[in-house]
Amino acid sequence: MNKRITFSEAGGGLGFITLLMVTGGMIALGFLSFLYMEHSGHHVTGMNNQIVWGLPHVFAIFMIVAASGAANIGSVGTVFGKKIYQPLGRLSVIIAIALLIGGLLVLVLDLGHADRLIVAMTHFNPKSIFTWNIALYSGFLGIMFFYLWTMMDRSKLAKSLYKPAGYIAFLWRIILTMGTGSIFGFLVSRQYYDAAIMAPLFITLSYVLGTAIYTLVLMAAYKWTGRELGDKVLNRLRYTLAIFIAAVLFFELARHLTNLYATEHHGIESYILLDGGIYTFLFWGGQIFLGSLVPMFLVWCKKLKDNRLALGVAAALAILGGVSFIYNVLIGGQSYPLVLFPNAVVESSFFDGITNSYFPSLPEMLLGIGGVGVTLLLIVIGVKVLRLLPDSLADKVTDPHHK
Amino acid sequence: MSDRNHMHQNVDQNRGDDGNINAYRRQFMASVVGISGVATVATIAPGIILQQAQAKPADEMVTNKVRWGLLIDTSRLTDGGDACVEACKKEHGWGNEKLSNKEQDAQWIRKVKVTEKMTGHVTSLPVMCQHCDTAPCVDVCPTGASMKRADGIVLVNKHICIGCRYCMMACPYKARSFVHETLTDQRPYSPRGRGVVESCNMCVHRVDAGKKPACVEAAPEAILFGDLNDKESDISKALKEFGGTQIRADLGLNTGVRYRGI
Repeated sequence: MNKRITFSEAGGGLGFITLLMVTGGMIALGFLSFLYMEHSGHHVTGMNNQIVWGLPHVFAIFMIVAASGAANIGSVGTVFGKKIYQPLGRLSVIIAIALLIGGLLVLVLDLGHADRLIVAMTHFNPKSIFTWNIALYSGFLGIMFFYLWTMMDRSKLAKSLYKPAGYIAFLWRIILTMGTGSIFGFLVSRQYYDAAIMAPLFITLSYVLGTAIYTLVLMAAYKWTGRELGDKVLNRLRYTLAIFIAAVLFFELARHLTNLYATEHHGIESYILLDGGIYTFLFWGGQIFLGSLVPMFLVWCKKLKDNRLALGVAAALAILGGVSFIYNVLIGGQSYPLVLFPNAVVESSFFDGITNSYFPSLPEMLLGIGGVGVTLLLIVIGVKVLRLLPDSLADKVTDPHHK
Repeated sequence: MSDRNHMHQNVDQNRGDDGNINAYRRQFMASVVGISGVATVATIAPGIILQQAQAKPADEMVTNKVRWGLLIDTSRLTDGGDACVEACKKEHGWGNEKLSNKEQDAQWIRKVKVTEKMTGHVTSLPVMCQHCDTAPCVDVCPTGASMKRADGIVLVNKHICIGCRYCMMACPYKARSFVHETLTDQRPYSPRGRGVVESCNMCVHRVDAGKKPACVEAAPEAILFGDLNDKESDISKALKEFGGTQIRADLGLNTGVRYRGI
């Protein structure tokens, strides 16, 4: 690691208190929502027996996927030896931990029996991808704390373990995101999910979301703590973001073209791409245009080079694109009717053959916001009590060849 | 009481630890009422009788020597399956949720009307859990609550279901429902609970007592129930002679519920 870099805790003061209050308020709202849903049952949500996973799952999957991507910033420094990324590693690990905890909390608190969490930890079905994920998520947290220790401890032992920890974290992360993508990849019954490409697609998406969130947190942290943040670092993040957005587009193209070739999938494809209402809008408007093309333009437009506002907007839009994608896959995929009898019109009292509608309820939204609050609070506290942020990320500090 | 015990014991015998608990329960009950394990009827209080009358003794393991199945002949279903749905509702006590909306209501079995687009041919059939041999719901369940008994009956162990609904995502037949509200006045032999997933369990309590599922009794002229492994059973003979169709046979799930006339 660059020896000239020194790390220090963020200062306290009014800004810190304000952040605590805001994130604490979000958490309180989320917790109240959980109590309300737990007390009443899921009939107070917009979810039903047709759309069984709703907005809480969009939040949860978003954060879990982003967690893996946030840790990628650290991996680039450790595994690929890019020196400029190494000072960014500590914050990346904390953001990853915070995102994973926030996402898991939302997921767990939406369970029909959140009180039976201990059952989920003592009864395992080894064939279930959920079971793999319980192991992957728990392992991820442990590895991330270990990785952070190797970055922060000054002992020789810690330093000697820095590289191995980075490699383990890198591999674990990839498997974890594949596990999350595979939740959808192996559902044979659903027209929109049954594709193994979901696994690499989710890995690439995780890089986009993680980089975008990392960039926004870094910019906010340096602005609010009055530290210097140079263009060299930001430009690395900027181009990383755009390249991964392009990679997601490539996988999306492959996925949809594959589906379009198979007659079996024509129905769902025309639903998502042409006449799915909100889902078509989210795909073209949210994911493709606002979430992919505009951010790529903002990054690669030469006139906007070193423009931080453009980068911030690009990162925010990339997050919007990611949310659109997850909402589309999750809710859109469920809203399309199951095919019981191909080439037939199917009707029943259980809404067979009907495009299901879903309107998220306020408690679901607040539960998700509570999870985001937990993530932000953990980051704020982490930055305050641990030496995560380099005192300066000015170009002359991060780049030894800077003149 | 006894019926519920039958179901749970059979469910639990696939799980070693819970099996011990049941052994303990039996021992406890025996000591309370002063009967030995072999007694079949005992009066535990005036008017309350503990009865163990069934085809298969409750502590006998469910084996894979039998595989229970249904053959539904849609051409003989005069009402398209309405009577089956009503019988199931009555048997298991579903269909009267008060707070849930229609999309949230549980449906263990439903009548599906199929109109072929090209010919306009219309068929009606009851659709419920198809009791797959390789059930996707069993594969995806993180806790093993969604399970298949050795005799082929697929059901939910409601004690360890955490309500994640992954099985509902995985089921190709939309056979499962999640309970969205607190329920009261349940059938003792078919307990249901808020926050838990449920579905047709082929009336496991009746099957273990040597009886036929409620839907079969409601449409005896159209539905055959029996052991698919027994070549001499009526259902096996009918399937051999006339064949039977699986819904979404392309998925290769080898369903225990077969149809004729679709």
